[in-house]
Amino acid sequence: MNLWLPQATTDAAEVDYLIIALVLVSCAILALVFGLILLYMIKYRAGSGVDRGAPPEKTWRLEIAWTVATLLIFFGLFVWGADLYVRLFQPPPDALHIYVVGKQWMWKVEHQGGQHEINSLHLPIGRPIQLVMTSEDVIHDFSVPAFRIKHDVLPGRYEALWFQVEKPGTYHLFCTQLCGTGHASMTGDIVAMPAPEYELWLAQNGAGEPMVAEGRILFMRYGCSGCHGGNGAGGSQSVGAVRAPALAGLYGSPVTLVDGTIVTADERYIRDCVLMPEKRRVAGYPPLMPSFTGQINEENLLRIIAYIKSLTPEMQP
Amino acid sequence: MSVTDLHTEKSYLTDGFTLRSWLLTTDHKRIALLYLGSITLFFFVGGLAAALIRYNLIVPEGMIGSAETYNKLFTMHGVVMVWFFLIPAIPVTLGNFLVPLMLGARDLAFPRLNLASWYLFVLAGIVALYSVVAGGVDTGWTFYTPLTSAYSKGHVVATVVAIFIAGFSSIATGLNFIITIHQLRAPGMTWYKMPVFLWSLYATSVILVLATPVLAMTLLLLAFERIFHIGVFDPAIGGDPLLFQHLFWFYSHPAVYVMILPGFGVISEIVPAFSSKTLFGYKFVVWASISIAVISFLVWGHHMFVAGTSLYSALVFSILSFMVAVPSAIKVFNWIGTMHNGFIRFDAPMLYAIGFIGLFTMGGLTGLFVAALAADVHLTQTYFVVAHFHYVMVGGMVSAFFAGLHFWWPKITGRLYPEMWGRAGAVIMFLGFNLTFFPQFLLGYLGMPRRYHSYPPEFQVLNVLSSAGATVLAVGYLLPLAYLTWSLLYGKRASANPWNATGLEWKTQSPPLTENFISTPVVTDPPYHYPRPEVAQHHD
Repeated sequence: MNLWLPQATTDAAEVDYLIIALVLVSCAILALVFGLILLYMIKYRAGSGVDRGAPPEKTWRLEIAWTVATLLIFFGLFVWGADLYVRLFQPPPDALHIYVVGKQWMWKVEHQGGQHEINSLHLPIGRPIQLVMTSEDVIHDFSVPAFRIKHDVLPGRYEALWFQVEKPGTYHLFCTQLCGTGHASMTGDIVAMPAPEYELWLAQNGAGEPMVAEGRILFMRYGCSGCHGGNGAGGSQSVGAVRAPALAGLYGSPVTLVDGTIVTADERYIRDCVLMPEKRRVAGYPPLMPSFTGQINEENLLRIIAYIKSLTPEMQP
Repeated sequence: MSVTDLHTEKSYLTDGFTLRSWLLTTDHKRIALLYLGSITLFFFVGGLAAALIRYNLIVPEGMIGSAETYNKLFTMHGVVMVWFFLIPAIPVTLGNFLVPLMLGARDLAFPRLNLASWYLFVLAGIVALYSVVAGGVDTGWTFYTPLTSAYSKGHVVATVVAIFIAGFSSIATGLNFIITIHQLRAPGMTWYKMPVFLWSLYATSVILVLATPVLAMTLLLLAFERIFHIGVFDPAIGGDPLLFQHLFWFYSHPAVYVMILPGFGVISEIVPAFSSKTLFGYKFVVWASISIAVISFLVWGHHMFVAGTSLYSALVFSILSFMVAVPSAIKVFNWIGTMHNGFIRFDAPMLYAIGFIGLFTMGGLTGLFVAALAADVHLTQTYFVVAHFHYVMVGGMVSAFFAGLHFWWPKITGRLYPEMWGRAGAVIMFLGFNLTFFPQFLLGYLGMPRRYHSYPPEFQVLNVLSSAGATVLAVGYLLPLAYLTWSLLYGKRASANPWNATGLEWKTQSPPLTENFISTPVVTDPPYHYPRPEVAQHHD
C-alpha cells in the first residue's frame, strides 16, 4: 500500500502543505473532543463519587470563547486556501497553450504544431502549460492527482487549466465528472518530459499541419476572410467588402461592446463571437456576422481560434 | 402500576387492530409507525445497493462485469438513501411521533395532511422502485445536465417524477410541523421551554418548505428538456449546464442540513438525559440550529469550485462554508459541556450518541478540507468527498437516528429492547463505519475518482479494506433489526419513564394513549430540568 502521491508540479507541494495543516488542525480538535469525552466518561460515570462542584452558572463566556476561537482558525484556513486557489486559477501570460477536447469517452489533444493524441498528453517540464478545454457532449473533468488539480470540461465553452510540471514521468489522467457508461474508462497518461525530448516527440509526431496553418485554411474556407480580410486585417470599404473588425492583435486586448462594457478577448470571447455573434457584439460595427453554430466542429473551431490568436498587426499584407 | 395493568391498558397500539384502522388512521403515532416501516424497507434497499458497490470494488477491474450496472447501482443507492431515507427518516418517524407529545398536544395541526404525506411518500417510493425494476437510471443522484437531459438512456423521467412526488410529502410534513409548533404548544410551553429536538425540527421544516419547491421546479425543467427538447440546461439547444448545478445545489445543500439538524436535536435530548444534567448553553444550541438553517441557503456554490464558476463566487462560497461550520462546532462543544460534571450512564442511546459526536466531528472537520479552496481542487470528486459526506450523513445522521430509536423505543412500543445487544450494536456500528469509510479518505487523497466501476491496481488494498469494513457495518445494521423486532414480542414492559428523562413525552404512559394525555399538561419547569446530582446519586 503506497500512501505517497508524487508532487509533480510547482504547486503540488503547496497544496500538500495546506492539506497537512488541515490534518494537524483536525487532529488537534479531534484529540480535544475525543480526549474530553473519554475523560468525562470515566470521571463522571454515574457510579463515580467524584466531586461535581457547584451547578453551572452563566455559560456565555465559554460559548463566546470557543466561538471566537473556531472563527479565527477557520478564517486562517480560508485565507490560506483562497490565496493558493487564486494563484492556481490564473494562468501566466507566457504559458504554452495545448488544446483538449473531451467526448464520451476519450480525451482528444491537439498541440499547436498539429500533433494529435488520444487519451495521452505529452508536455515539456519546466515551463507553464495552459490547457484550453471544451467538450463535444456532456460535462467531463480533467483531473491529474499528481498535479493536485482538476477542472470541469464543459460543452459550449472553454475552460482553462494551467500548471508547471517539474518532475518528468508518467501520471494518471482521470475524468472525474460522471459522463455516462464509460466514465471509468475515460482515463489517460500525462507524459512529462524535458524540453529537448518534447521537441523530439513533436517532430516525430508532426504528421499534420500546424494548428495555425490549418486554422488559416479554415478561416478562408468558412469565408471569415471575406469580411475580416486576409490575415484578419479588417474589412475596409475601399475593397468593397463589408466593414468588419480587424482580428490582428485582438487576442488578449480589451474590446468595447455595444452596451458599453469592456471585455478581454480571450478564447471564450472569440468562440462566442463565432457561434453567437449577437451575444457580445463589438461596438461600432453593424450586426451582420452570421452565427456558425452547428457548422464548425469543436476541433476546427479551436484551430480557427489558434489562427486568430497568432495574428499580429505587423502581419498586414 | 403492575405489569398486568399495563398489559390490559388502552394505548394507541390497542386502539383498533384492523388494517383499516392503520391505513386510514390520522393518529400521528400510527402514521409515524407506517413511516418507520417504509423507511426501514428503503434503508435496506439502498443498503443492498451499497453492498453490491463495495462488492464490485474488491478487484480493480470490477467484480460486476458491467459498468452500466455499476452506474445504476450507485445511482439507486444515492436516490433511495437521500430522498427515501436520510431526508425523511428522523422527521417523519421520531418527529411525527414526538412533536405533539413533546408539545403536550393531542395531534399535529393537520392530521389528515399528515396521512396524505405518507401516501405521497409511498406513491413516490413505488414510482422510484418502478424505475429501478424497469431498467434503472445511471446518472448519479445529482442528475447533472446535459448527461441526464440529452444523453442518458436510463429511466430519468420516472426517477425524477418519484423525487418530485417525495418532495411534496416533505413539504406537507414541514408545513405541518411549523404550524403545530406555533399553534399547539401546551399552556406554559414557551418557545424557550421547548426541547431542542423541537427547535431542530422547526429549523428543518423551514428548510423543507423553502428549498424543496426549487428542487421540484428544477426537476420539472429537466424532464421538460428531456421530453420536449426545450433548451434550458443543454448548451447544444441554447441552455446552460451550470444553471442546473446552481439550482440543484440550492436545494441539495440545505437538504444536507435537513438530514443532520434533526440528528442534532436527538443528541441534544439524549446527552442531558444520560448525564442527568441540564443541556449546556441551551440558547446557544437553539440559535446554532437556526443559524445553520439560514446559512445553509448561502453555501451551495461550494459544490462548484472546479465547475467553471467565477473566482469571486468561489471566494464568497468558501468563506460562507467555513461560517456554516461554526454553529456545528458550537453544538459539539455544548454536548461535551453537558457531560462535564454529569452522572453519565452508558445505555445504548448514549453510546450511539457518543458515536454520533465522534463521527460527526470527523465529518465536519473533513468538511473544512473541501471548504478550503485549493485543497478542494485536489480532493473534490474523489473518494475523499465520498468519505466526508458519509461521515456526516451515515456516521452522523444514521447514528443519531439509531440513538433516538433506542431512546424512544420504550415510549413508542411499550417494550424495552435487550440492553446488552443494544450496546453491542452501537459499538459494532461505530467500528464498522470507521473501517468502511476511513480508508476512503486516503483513497481520495491519492486521487481515486468517485463513481468508477474499475480503477488502477494501486488502489486495491484500500478498497479491499473498505469492503471488509462494510461487512462489519452490515452486521451493525442487521443486529438492531433483529433485536428490536424481537423486543416487540418478548421485550420487558416499559414504564412511563424508563430513563428518568425530562420532557412531556415521558409524563404519559408507554405506549401513550391515542389521545396522548388524559388532561392537557401545564408546563412550569425549564427544559432539561434534571434534579441536582446530589439528589440523583444512587448508593447501591
